[in-house]
Amino acid sequence: MTMLAMDFAFPRPRAGAFKVWLRNLLVWRKLMVAGLFLTFGEPFVYLIGLGYGLGRFIGDVGGMPYLTFLASGLLASSAMNGAAFEGMYSVFTRMVHQQTYDAILATPLEVDDIVAGEMLWCATKSLIVGIPILLVATLMGAVTSWSALWAIPVFFLVGLCFAGPSIFVSSLAPSFDFFNYYVTLLITPMFIFSGVFYPVGALPEFAQWIVNVLPLSHAVALIRPLVAGMPVDDLALHAAVLAAYATGGYLLATGFIRRRLIR
Amino acid sequence: MNDSNLAAARREPVIVARGLVKHFGPRVAVAGIDLEIPPGGCFGFLGPNGAGKTTTLRMLLGQSPPTSGELSVFGLPVAANVRAIRARTGVVPQSDNADPDFTVSENLRIYARYFGVRSALVEPRIRELLSFIEMEDRADDPIRSLSGGMKRRLTIARALINDPELILLDEPTTGLDPQVRRMIWNRLRSLRNSGKTLLLTTHYMDEAERLCDELVIIDEGRIVARGAPRTLIASHVESSVVEVHSLGDEAEALLAGHPGVRLERVGEMRYAYTNDLDGVLGRLKQRPEMICMHRPSTLEDVFLRLTGHELRD
Repeated sequence: MTMLAMDFAFPRPRAGAFKVWLRNLLVWRKLMVAGLFLTFGEPFVYLIGLGYGLGRFIGDVGGMPYLTFLASGLLASSAMNGAAFEGMYSVFTRMVHQQTYDAILATPLEVDDIVAGEMLWCATKSLIVGIPILLVATLMGAVTSWSALWAIPVFFLVGLCFAGPSIFVSSLAPSFDFFNYYVTLLITPMFIFSGVFYPVGALPEFAQWIVNVLPLSHAVALIRPLVAGMPVDDLALHAAVLAAYATGGYLLATGFIRRRLIR
Repeated sequence: MNDSNLAAARREPVIVARGLVKHFGPRVAVAGIDLEIPPGGCFGFLGPNGAGKTTTLRMLLGQSPPTSGELSVFGLPVAANVRAIRARTGVVPQSDNADPDFTVSENLRIYARYFGVRSALVEPRIRELLSFIEMEDRADDPIRSLSGGMKRRLTIARALINDPELILLDEPTTGLDPQVRRMIWNRLRSLRNSGKTLLLTTHYMDEAERLCDELVIIDEGRIVARGAPRTLIASHVESSVVEVHSLGDEAEALLAGHPGVRLERVGEMRYAYTNDLDGVLGRLKQRPEMICMHRPSTLEDVFLRLTGHELRD
């Protein structure tokens, strides 16, 4: 079998993936206090500043108060950021600077377990980021329906969706600087244009088309109605787009991390 | 298993390589290695930087697929048995990669979990290993507070958490002070005496001479010699060396025609290899101002003879 075929053979993770996940959870628990402060801090500023401030001028958007509109958008983008930054900076640190993966590859765990474990952990980060914001939004009166609890499994799916491509980007990165391209060209534009702050319908048609190809708008389209207590349109389509990014990213990430570590 | 089967299993080599080759693009790291390593004892890979030692270790662990050739560990072909082989192997990599997010004992605990060590065994084994490396009082310290020697000792303890049959050590004492090196040698000897198989790479000749029952000298991806350290010295170089530190040309002139002297030039210095030490020293005494020292030949002389004197990087 050629090297290329070996690198891109279908991933076959085993239970070791959960050991990688658990390792990351244990580290997170140690640094939890500082981490949670940052997690809460930024969306809280957005919600107060934009939600209350701007909301006073805007009134209702998309059939809901602007605070609810914004909170649901921020839940989606925070779930994105939670997983994407973990998949970039933290994965890269463990892979390159700390050589955590090299140490793991001297045990019965394989690259496939590592990548699957990191995927699960990135998605878990989306939960860790999303749930407290949901709580804050509820306390601020932005959440009006119990259906908002269904947003929690969606955070996890959104996490997987951004984990795959982000770990893939890490697998190609020569250094941290490389992530600037990904953040500036994809993550930040998605944050601004994917319906977090205003409806996607406000954009010109070609821009709407681009936004709908990218995953964040689909995350917003799932989370927003759940938070606002409205029916979810095209649930299967949105979930399928998120799952497709998760799967594509995961397959590429596994292949390229194998190439990088198993030389 | 009856006694004769047991004896047969004992003799079965732990590692077998046949025609092992590894290319990195156009660069040839391993150029055809044939090797059998018997169980028990300490086996050494001795070679200059870039000789292919680390690459070979990585291939043994399934961290680097060979370009061609066969490789098996514990009688299992590596490619199809990576997890099973690693489960029975301990690894001390060249650079310490303890997890900086955890304390000393947490590092051992998390590693035990990767190996699936039964939970009842984990805590007693951690205590035992911390005492083995004399770091009981450091159990709860963060990794960044450890000295280089302590990090190395922790890496060795970590490699033993799964009670391995085979231990691979990649330059285990590089960069350590003499006290720590001796302590580590002592520990490696006790591991060998407990019946484990040790395979270590080193470019320290004294380390190889002290620890290895048998070794191979590897250069440019090939095995250039194999044997016990003493045997290698006896069969490849003369018993003594006189190192001439000044007046090299005069020394050369004095020794010209003296039977059984082999001269090596390194810059201004001359190395006179000989089995007739007294004869050579007698000749050199004709120039009392000449600075020279003599010593028995070591593995280093074998190494230099076989791999040449030019610099390697």
